Amino acid sequence: MQFEFLLEQVVNGLVLGGYYLLIALGLSLIFSVGGVVNLAHGAFYALGAYISIEIAKYLGFGSAVLLSPLAVALLGILFERFLLRRFYAADPILSLLVTFGLAMIVEQLIRIVWGAAPRAVNMPAAFKGSVFVGDFLFSRYRLLLLAVVVVVLISIWLLLHKASFGRVIRAGIQKPDMVAALGIRLQPYMTAIVMLGVGMAALGGALFAPITIVHPAMGAEVITVAFVVVVIGGLGSFWGVVISALLVGVVRGITINFIPAAGEASMYVLMFLVLLFRPRGLLGERIEKFE
Amino acid sequence: MTRYNRRSILKSSAALAGASAIGFPSILRAQADKIKIGHLTPLTGFLGALGAYAQLGIRMAEEEINKAGGVMGRQLDITSEDSVNPATAATKAQRMLEQDGVAVLMGEINSASALTIMQVAARNKRLYMQIGARSDALRGKNCNRYTFHVDIPSHVMVYAVGKALVRDNMMKDKKFYTLTADYIFGHDLADAAKAFFDANGGKLIGDELVATDVTEFSPYLLKIRQAKPDVVCSNLAGNQVTTLIKQYAEFGLPFPIVGFNLNTADAWAAGEGNLSGTWPTVWYHTLDVPASKTFVADFIKRNGKPPENHAWIEYVSLKMMAQAMNETKSTDTEKLIAYFESGATFDILKARKGYFRTWDHQLMQEAYPFTVKPKGEAKDQWDFLALGAAVPGPNESLEALSMTKEQNTCVM
Repeated sequence: MQFEFLLEQVVNGLVLGGYYLLIALGLSLIFSVGGVVNLAHGAFYALGAYISIEIAKYLGFGSAVLLSPLAVALLGILFERFLLRRFYAADPILSLLVTFGLAMIVEQLIRIVWGAAPRAVNMPAAFKGSVFVGDFLFSRYRLLLLAVVVVVLISIWLLLHKASFGRVIRAGIQKPDMVAALGIRLQPYMTAIVMLGVGMAALGGALFAPITIVHPAMGAEVITVAFVVVVIGGLGSFWGVVISALLVGVVRGITINFIPAAGEASMYVLMFLVLLFRPRGLLGERIEKFE
Repeated sequence: MTRYNRRSILKSSAALAGASAIGFPSILRAQADKIKIGHLTPLTGFLGALGAYAQLGIRMAEEEINKAGGVMGRQLDITSEDSVNPATAATKAQRMLEQDGVAVLMGEINSASALTIMQVAARNKRLYMQIGARSDALRGKNCNRYTFHVDIPSHVMVYAVGKALVRDNMMKDKKFYTLTADYIFGHDLADAAKAFFDANGGKLIGDELVATDVTEFSPYLLKIRQAKPDVVCSNLAGNQVTTLIKQYAEFGLPFPIVGFNLNTADAWAAGEGNLSGTWPTVWYHTLDVPASKTFVADFIKRNGKPPENHAWIEYVSLKMMAQAMNETKSTDTEKLIAYFESGATFDILKARKGYFRTWDHQLMQEAYPFTVKPKGEAKDQWDFLALGAAVPGPNESLEALSMTKEQNTCVM
């Protein structure tokens, strides 16, 4: 019986990891290509949630989940073009400061526009409740979420590994000078990556709005976990982030099963252990420009 | 590091001297005429939304009092800041007393921050009206004679809901599983809950401590499902209760859920379809008392939304402070303490007036259990809670639910 309970936590942890993945993958992509730790990533997640609430009022939940990430991706163009672009070659501390500042500005803007009180979001009644698969209990909504994450994941992988877009990006991560020498401008690619990254964060926000609390500081809450996932997974590695996100979800679930009070600390312990043995993260590649 | 050379220091001190000769004296005189009050409340973090309502409430009272001529003919001037965390709260409180020259301190929602401000008040021998923090320990073993407490303490919230559970046959021989916020307030609430279960035949079969930054409850929900309790019970605080309620509804667990703490802003955010069960509150905007209705109408006119219980409590707290200053014709700490300890009664927009108990400085007042209205009965997005009858009942002493001198460890 005890084993079954544990298995249930493991499976639930995998689902949870899928959610971390939506946020962390974009963070990792922006970091790998541009060398910028985007501390404002959480702000785009929060914007995704708030914008989806506004859209849902008029067009319903389904359209909101589709349109909100698109709207945020468009904001991503401005973000990349007018802010991030100036910091690719600069001292990393500068981009840290500027994105941190942006995160605070967005949080305050949300507070001004939508108020400090948390917003009520209801999911479509059809997704409420849970289903049993064998003896396992699954939230119906989370299964839907998992399906969306898998689809997004496969699309991103195909984009990065099977399309010419991805070849340029991967070359750009390792040898930006070489790419430039071949006459390819990396800038439009970078814009696309940022759009993709913040769009995924917004998708996470829109999808999670019905089951978490929508309030101005929600971005700050999620950025820490996403960052830990990226560090554990290792920079520049797609699968590193995937494995790490799932691992963090599972470790957290198992810890809560045995030592509930240590639930939040577990991912930091995991990060510590991983970095102790693999300083570049689980599958981190050696990236020359960061050495 | 910034280095100042002699020339720039000379220049700036000359400028300062010039400015003070021309402009400062009049400003200083104007400020001396005002009664300064230092106000701290969390504006960020898991209690931030409640703090925003708190500010709206105290500002509204400030404006009304000042429009009506102020206190003793002097205007009130409230400095309100984000208390951030217990350490920052204490630093800011000390600064307000030392540098800003405030007469009294007010505010707070976070029990841990309230505790550190209480210590600052005691060290400086100045009055602190602790408005919104509910931990028993603050008015129990940590009490001090410079602090007065307005909001209902944890054990009263437990009684308010507990009695309703006993009445509904949801207590005796029932198995309870609790989730507890892992800080002073949650621990206090859990202790009070356990004492109530023990005294009334309830069985506590599991209790999980939850860090205040947890936003993902699914692992806990799985544990609860395995434990198969009769009733799930929340000892959480702030917006965590909202998250729990939403995810509980998402998973659709079959056990009824109740809780010993829920602020209305967090209940509103949970959404009508998600909330169920019995919860306690200190005040709700549909309360059927004329003075309360006037306050609600004025608040809606100002802010476009109904007041939350923290807006109400800050509003009446400043009115109580103004009453004390007017009656004693003073802002002196000792005189104000004597007035509050005198058993003076205060109109707090409820059916019965409130008063501070002399020996633990706790405001005695009515509380209410609330449930959720049947689907379709809510008039608007803020109207889906049904307020139960006031406790203690109209024929009981206002102290009926409060700890007696023997139960409470407060020694001033």
